[in-house]
Amino acid sequence: MAKPTKPPKPEELVKIDYNPPEKPWMEVPVEFKPGTFCYGTRPKYLEEVGLPNPREWSPTDDDWKLPSDWKDIVLDGIGERLKKYRSFQLFMDICVRCGACADKCHFFIGSGDPKNMPVLRAELMRSVYRKYFSTGGKLFGNLAGARELTFDVFKEWWYYFYQCTECRRCSVFCPYGIDTAEITMMARELFNLLGCNTDWIAGPVANCYRKGNHLGLEPHTITSNIEFMLDDIEEITGIKIEPTFNRKGAEILFVTPSGDLFGDPGTYTCMGYLMLFHELGLDYTWSTYASEGGNFGFFTSMEMAKRLNYKIYAEAKRLGVKWILGGECGHMWRVVHQYMDTWNGPADFLEEPVSPITGTKFENAKTTKMVHIAEFTADLIKHGKLKLDPSRNDHLKVTYHDSCNTSRGMGILEEPRYILKNVCNHFHEMPEDTIREKTFCCGSGTGLNAGENMELRMRGGFPRANAVKHVRDSHGVNMLANICAIDRATLSALMQYWVPDVEVCGVHELLGNALVMTGEKERETDLRLEPLPGKEEDEDV
Amino acid sequence: MELKDLLREKRSLILKKWFDLILETYPSETSSFLKKHKNQFSNPVGHTISEGIEGLFEGLLEESGTDKISPFLDNIIRVRAIQEFTPSEAIGFIFLLKKVIREALQREIREHQLHDELLSFDSRIDDLVRTSFDIYMKCREQIYEIRANEVKKMTFRLLQRANLVKEIQD
Repeated sequence: MAKPTKPPKPEELVKIDYNPPEKPWMEVPVEFKPGTFCYGTRPKYLEEVGLPNPREWSPTDDDWKLPSDWKDIVLDGIGERLKKYRSFQLFMDICVRCGACADKCHFFIGSGDPKNMPVLRAELMRSVYRKYFSTGGKLFGNLAGARELTFDVFKEWWYYFYQCTECRRCSVFCPYGIDTAEITMMARELFNLLGCNTDWIAGPVANCYRKGNHLGLEPHTITSNIEFMLDDIEEITGIKIEPTFNRKGAEILFVTPSGDLFGDPGTYTCMGYLMLFHELGLDYTWSTYASEGGNFGFFTSMEMAKRLNYKIYAEAKRLGVKWILGGECGHMWRVVHQYMDTWNGPADFLEEPVSPITGTKFENAKTTKMVHIAEFTADLIKHGKLKLDPSRNDHLKVTYHDSCNTSRGMGILEEPRYILKNVCNHFHEMPEDTIREKTFCCGSGTGLNAGENMELRMRGGFPRANAVKHVRDSHGVNMLANICAIDRATLSALMQYWVPDVEVCGVHELLGNALVMTGEKERETDLRLEPLPGKEEDEDV
Repeated sequence: MELKDLLREKRSLILKKWFDLILETYPSETSSFLKKHKNQFSNPVGHTISEGIEGLFEGLLEESGTDKISPFLDNIIRVRAIQEFTPSEAIGFIFLLKKVIREALQREIREHQLHDELLSFDSRIDDLVRTSFDIYMKCREQIYEIRANEVKKMTFRLLQRANLVKEIQD
């Protein structure tokens, strides 16, 4: 630290601090406090997918029942990944500790815990890397910022790498482009070499592997859930929709996160998709096998993510579709956009996606053959193919939360906004530093959306909620729209705590409200079966 | 000279010292961040605290009712209720104001014999602590309510489909 250039003032001189200096960060052991960490995985989930060291354990146990050679497994694991991923090697070496990332992490901003500064979170691993993989660290140890890998260090890693949502906001500000998310990914891969996943991630992974989706919905449950939504749509619009499932020869396969099929408000978004596709007369089909767009394998290991992702192309091939349309999801799109083609491509049995309604070629999806529904719908609106009545959303003052993965991971910034501005009359942006590439995370991504870590989620989500609160106070915003299934679930909880009068919805729910469908009856309610503006008084007549 | 006049006169000094003392309840790396960044969106915790204590201080001087003061208290305590503080640490920041006032106005209080006024001002600070306890509890109860609601939401559609959801008639 720099020495003061001016002599201290008299009142400063009398303030002598007799306390010994605080311990350096390396010597402060981690303490597992309730509300800040997820439960350790149950053995059955690991057994179902063949991951090592299944056993009953808890992060608060003194003994994590690790194999006796756990240290070698971790160090070999690091070595293997340094060779495999050039980015990991680079990110271990090049940080100059400029501090540009330090105050950009939502977990640091919300918790105030210095180990949540991205630079320090990465340093937790870099210090071990130096000790075993760099000459300076091997020779000079602690003086070179190196430290031994001990069980306490491993626990510290576990605690803090499950306090990172891989949102990549820090990487936007890093002059070297260091991606802390990738360091977190490596750490989580190492945990999985020792059977140390969280229950909330390992459960969906096992479900997805066995049944095709995170929630473990079986085919008949998927169809009956959708039928339930169809009943609501019929009640609202008078139109009976009859989608198809697992239909061979359809032009398009539609894949969405399973959260849209089950929990509110995701189900309202799903109703929006169903209404849109019906109105367009789209030749598409649902799959009850490739019934998950999301991929919790991505929070486990690259290998597991690849295994879970495989079913999408496999099902597209089996059904003989031309291309794939994907629903509103966050990390699903990072996987599709940045990994799917490398893992499971080339999808040369599919065609380059072309909208059958507008003829638009989605050249950005030339290799993956998978189009984001926000792009698809924005294109429809741009070509005037949809009849919309935005006044049906006049009871809503809407703002838009950019999901980390769709904004920073693939640059979907304008399309959802374009849709929103066409389907509702009251749209207000949150402050500039909190949206688009600089968006604040919901605080619950990468499988941190469990219940037992609720305090942590509220801390991580505070910067986002704070910006929502601002537009609520300045513009009366009462609806937070987004294009991510995890957002729809977790922002609801976040709003309840921080900004209780703001609700959460998917963009296609609002589209469903505004969409004027051929042959529909006069609408009395929105998709939530709540009275539309101007229809409230009719109830009492 | 009344105590209130003195407090008004030294308002900015008192608020600054109170703010600094509250920030000392955080690790040193964190408190320097909370102090340095003035933007309300990049530093929501620091901003909430500084705006909150201004409102509280005004409320104490104006002898405002709980309904006026509560929102400022709520904003600060809502943050501290989910950070790594024990309940007493989470609301203990209010007592720091007593320390700040004594240090800042020690001489003047003695000179103008304002001890009685100081005692009554202290009681008002104590009242704040009482309200804080209610707010802290409300925040914590909310956390558990949100957890329960999430579980309910996950199973609601299932129960609805099985005809197990009944609306309670008024």
